[in-house]
Amino acid sequence: MNDLPAIRFERVVKYLGGRRVLDRVDFEVHRGEIFVIVGSSGSGKSVTLRHMVRLLTPDEGEVWVGDECVSRARGAQLARIRDRFGVLFQGAALLQWMTVYDNVALPLREKTSLTEEDIEQRVMGQLRLLGLEDAVDKYPADLSGGMQKRVALARAVILNPAIILYDEPTSGLDPVTSRRIDDLILSMSRRYGLTSVVVTHDLHSALAIGDRIALIHQGRILEINTPAQFLRSENEVVRAFLDAQYITRRGAWETEVDSETRPNS
Amino acid sequence: MVLHEPDHFEPPLNFFAALGRRILLACRNTGRGTVILLQAIWALRFMLSRRNRREVLMQLFVTGIKSLGVLTVVAMFTGMILALQTGLELRRYGQEVNIGTLVCTSMVREMGPFMTALVIAASVGSAIAAQLATMTVSEEIAALEVMSIDPVRFLVMPRLAALLIMMPMLTVYTNILGVVGGAIVGWTQLDVPMSAYFDNAIQYVRNKDLYVGLFKAAVFGAIIAGVACQQGFQATEGAVGVGIATRRSVVISFLTILAVGYMITRLFYA
Ligand SMILES: Nc1ncnc2c1ncn2[C@@H]1O[C@H](COP(=O)(O)OP(=O)(O)O)[C@@H](O)[C@H]1O
Ligand SMILES: [Mg+2]
Repeated sequence: MNDLPAIRFERVVKYLGGRRVLDRVDFEVHRGEIFVIVGSSGSGKSVTLRHMVRLLTPDEGEVWVGDECVSRARGAQLARIRDRFGVLFQGAALLQWMTVYDNVALPLREKTSLTEEDIEQRVMGQLRLLGLEDAVDKYPADLSGGMQKRVALARAVILNPAIILYDEPTSGLDPVTSRRIDDLILSMSRRYGLTSVVVTHDLHSALAIGDRIALIHQGRILEINTPAQFLRSENEVVRAFLDAQYITRRGAWETEVDSETRPNS
Repeated sequence: MVLHEPDHFEPPLNFFAALGRRILLACRNTGRGTVILLQAIWALRFMLSRRNRREVLMQLFVTGIKSLGVLTVVAMFTGMILALQTGLELRRYGQEVNIGTLVCTSMVREMGPFMTALVIAASVGSAIAAQLATMTVSEEIAALEVMSIDPVRFLVMPRLAALLIMMPMLTVYTNILGVVGGAIVGWTQLDVPMSAYFDNAIQYVRNKDLYVGLFKAAVFGAIIAGVACQQGFQATEGAVGVGIATRRSVVISFLTILAVGYMITRLFYA
């Protein structure tokens, strides 16, 4: 049972808006790894992620979580599978009329019978861990994008899920905050031995945090590889993707200024 | 699950295909709204539980207070118009003292619940639709579903409870103000003394009128909640979708309230 992959996609096909958005997507996410899916926008990353918690159902193929088929689960079984997940949505998806504290406490209040004191202890512990203790009484609208994502991360992990899904955790954030989020993803996954699936178009963070990287392009997975091999890939689309973000074969991250001023290297 | 897979349809071939599709979609949405409403009614049993109490109170407050100003004006003018236009007619026969009965029964039976429902649908209902639509397009509803927190119990039930409780209360308020508005017109425009007006008003209104009116008000409240929530959960495509959901929720509630109001009157008085 333990050598089962955490998540398995079996030739998943999905049509949305009359287009084939996922085209026979096949991959496995191993237990305890950080699996990064990269691709340009509109390539089907979010759609892939949404299949894992059955916010979408495949038109063909199946999605397995451990030994259960999530794409056929309903009712109590679906709830049980979803309980294994924490999801960080692209826009953080915090409830706007609740304070940071109440947002993070929500899963505990709704799904456990803990007393308010226990809840407070856990919520404050989690918020401290993410450096959010000053924001406790603020409302999401008063927070920066990076802070909102950290609050959403606190909410996603408060019930100790086994798998965390991150939808573009660093998009729209400045480089410094992005690296902080990367560090958080790494430390979360190391601390609790979590399985993480990260969807991003930011190759820098993919290379920094990923155990394996998958490139999705027009609904197809073109390549799944470790970061080192990914950098050396001969696949045209992968190369174009790397070049677009000024990443060389050696993994040196050139800045825009560097590559312009340096004579042809 | 309140979220559904996104629809996609090929462009219709001709007018009839387009019409047929609209009818089918309308039926499907009615069905979805009804299911949400029934689930929310079933969830009303958690209304007073520790988890939901705060939200229910909050919604009661929002529903009750938000539209009180508009409702006051609408109620007064409804009574005044009723009094004026029937009063002028009755004066030709020297019967203007009977406007009391006319205003009071029309308000209690029909106009009170109806006007209240229109005002509440336009203010509270549209606000519910806009809020839930915003939550839908910003993936907040998806986040709730993934956390296995039932959006119907968590979001719809408190709003339904508030509407079911506040609609009859606001209707009583509308009725009273309408009758008072009629009295003012009767006194200033038609020389009907206040005491005669009120005697006349109270004498002929039956308990049944009051009960049916309040029942209507509660049904209208449920309609407003069901339509607004269904439209909110169905929103797509960002800010544009929120606008569409809001507008549709108002239009559809208006039409449904009219039709159902007619049927209830028919049921109890014909
Ligand atoms: N609800 C929907 N209705 C129609 N088309 C959709 C829907 N959701 C996604 N798509 C389409 O699927 C494709 C992939 O979307 P998505 O996975 O969100 O992209 P990304 O890789 O940027 O996350 C896009 O081209 C988008 O147009
Ligand atoms: Mg996306």
